[in-house]
Amino acid sequence: MSLSKIKFDKKIVLSFWIILIALIIAAPTLLPVFRLNLLGRYLSLSIVALGVDLIWGYTGLLSLGQGIFFALGGYCAAMYLQITSSSEFPNNIPEFFALYGVEKLPFFWEPFRSPVFTFLAIWIIPALVAGLIGFLVFRNRIKGVYFSILTQASLLVFFNFFNGQQKLINGTNGLKTDVTQLFGQMVGSESMQRIFFWITAILVIAAWFFAKWVVKGRFGNILIGIRDDEPRVRFTGYNPVIFKTIIFSIAGGLAGISGALYTVQSGIVSPQFMTVPFSIEMVIWVAVGGRGTLLGAILGAVFINYAKSLVSEALPASWMFIQGGLFILVVTALPEGVLGWIQGDGPRNLLQRFGLKRKIETYPSLEVNNKEGNNE
Amino acid sequence: MELLLDSLFNGVAIGSVLLVAALGLAIVFGLMGVINLAHGELMMLGAYTTYVTQLIFKLPILKPFYNSYIIVSIFLAFIVSGVVGILLEKTIIRKLYGSPLETLLATWGVSLILQQFVRSVPLAYGTGLVISLLIGLFLPTTFPSKIKESINFKYFKFSSWLFAALTGVLTGSLISSSVSKLSRASARNVDVTAPSWMRGQVEIIGTAFPKTRLMIIVITLISVIAITLFLNQSAWGMRIRAVTQNRQMSDCLGISTEKVDIITFGIGSGLAGVAGVAVSLLGSVGPNVGGNYIVGCFMVVVLGGVGNLLGTVLASFGIGIMTDLIGAGRLLSIWPDMPLPLSNTINFFATTSMARVMIFALIVIFLQFKPTGLFPQKGRMVEN
Repeated sequence: MSLSKIKFDKKIVLSFWIILIALIIAAPTLLPVFRLNLLGRYLSLSIVALGVDLIWGYTGLLSLGQGIFFALGGYCAAMYLQITSSSEFPNNIPEFFALYGVEKLPFFWEPFRSPVFTFLAIWIIPALVAGLIGFLVFRNRIKGVYFSILTQASLLVFFNFFNGQQKLINGTNGLKTDVTQLFGQMVGSESMQRIFFWITAILVIAAWFFAKWVVKGRFGNILIGIRDDEPRVRFTGYNPVIFKTIIFSIAGGLAGISGALYTVQSGIVSPQFMTVPFSIEMVIWVAVGGRGTLLGAILGAVFINYAKSLVSEALPASWMFIQGGLFILVVTALPEGVLGWIQGDGPRNLLQRFGLKRKIETYPSLEVNNKEGNNE
Repeated sequence: MELLLDSLFNGVAIGSVLLVAALGLAIVFGLMGVINLAHGELMMLGAYTTYVTQLIFKLPILKPFYNSYIIVSIFLAFIVSGVVGILLEKTIIRKLYGSPLETLLATWGVSLILQQFVRSVPLAYGTGLVISLLIGLFLPTTFPSKIKESINFKYFKFSSWLFAALTGVLTGSLISSSVSKLSRASARNVDVTAPSWMRGQVEIIGTAFPKTRLMIIVITLISVIAITLFLNQSAWGMRIRAVTQNRQMSDCLGISTEKVDIITFGIGSGLAGVAGVAVSLLGSVGPNVGGNYIVGCFMVVVLGGVGNLLGTVLASFGIGIMTDLIGAGRLLSIWPDMPLPLSNTINFFATTSMARVMIFALIVIFLQFKPTGLFPQKGRMVEN
């Protein structure tokens, strides 16, 4: 499944970046607050989509449980924010504890007083949890559908745990962040949200470059090898378990960062982040955008979520039909996603079908080999 | 002793719902390597079928037979879910053969559509649609072979679909005009009330057992026996087992794997419908009812392994009994004076949701020793 890349001129690439950066800087003045907030949230979701693309698009592991790591990152951020703004509440602990008669802070909250620890925890804790789950599953050569349903089951387990523990983390109500303080400012305030938007935009670009770096070179080749023929990779002397565990925990870490950014911009983290539909939705963003194309994951996440909010505003009942149809359509008719279709032979085939472009008459092998040169 | 019996019964009751729900999933997974994420929604269709049957049996003509509606609804639920399953196989799953992950996503799409369908289409017309599907899919297969082989078969097929659509619309409007509850779409949960002979409790060896639970156990027992007989005694059962073991070889020997796929998928989906009847007896029925059970079914399939019904049976009852033991904190009442840290741990996990957490942990530990389930398929393949 190799996709021929379209080579762009250096000038075009440079001007693309200049326009992109200008748009990011100007976005807060161009968009109304509500839309800006939505865009910021969707951009943060594109980071988790990058992770899904790394494990699914490149390594062939379909995880239906990325919500775990997403929510863990969100919880880390929310716990820090809650604890730093709890000085005026009784016992100096977050307000909700009083509802359940808890007087002493549970032990695992303590480290979150430190901003440095929180900053690290947001991505390290999800990465560690992902690594552990991944290692236990991959070690036994559990793969394919088995892996998918095990991740889904672990998602449900985490959901049940977080949903049921009122006294530890406020259970089903979740942790609110929009009325907490950060550096003397309300997190939900407009100026803070603008800063969060910029941080998100920068981190999306950083995550994109990071993911590009991961899939480049030998490491990336082994990932693709695992996707296409795992036994052969094993027989060549590589241990797929290690590579799968590493990439799964990288995806977990990305999901954690994404969850933290999403939480501060949506104002709350709750077990709802760990519901089954949300985690499967992440897969469809990547599938529509084009798996195996990192840019596709980002664009898919942003555009599908925008479409979702627009459709849900206009016709609330129809979104489920559209989403369901999208799932079916994209796997049956467009398995490489929109971007994969454009980068592959899609447009040429379409033009040929309407007789607008001459068919290339070659032997099949010649056609495959000539792919690089035929982008005129 | 009484406590133990009570716990055992509860566990078996939980396990038997799981079993009848997971049975279909396990057979299909064993045959096609496909996990059907819409399985829960097929259960939901079965539960709604029970509800619709109940309302129709309240009509004056059928009133005398009201008490037997639950028996009728078991068969109807099997047919309804089976037909929807066959349609699903024919239109989507067959196209994705060989790519199980894509099938997973596509069936999730189907499950979303089915959920929203139940919310926004009146049940009466939904019934009509199912009836027309049933006629449209099965009428052409009953034609004599002379017609089937003729060139004009597609016109016969077309006219039978036309007839099916007409019948569907007619029955839909008939039901909608006679049962007002079914004529409007509603996202609200509905309740199935058990007939009078199923209410109350039965006393066995000094312990009271609710009759609905007993009924569910009976339904499960019958389904398991029927499926075992079908797979082991009938010709098609043998073909299904053959394809499960080695698809290519069976294909070479002249078994129509296409037909085997359809039949198996239909039966698996039909069993989901039967599970839906059981579920409707336990609580209210809503568009999301299947989602509560589906992950339990996955665990059964993972734990039980594929290609062996005994594994599925043991796994369901194992999970059921463990759920009850942990979730109700029964170990504590069986052994009251255990050391404090242990009893604290048991209390911590003594809720339904925390029991799931514990059971999942136990399953993951179990998989460290037996990665392919209780009864793995023997073979020397690198790839399974």
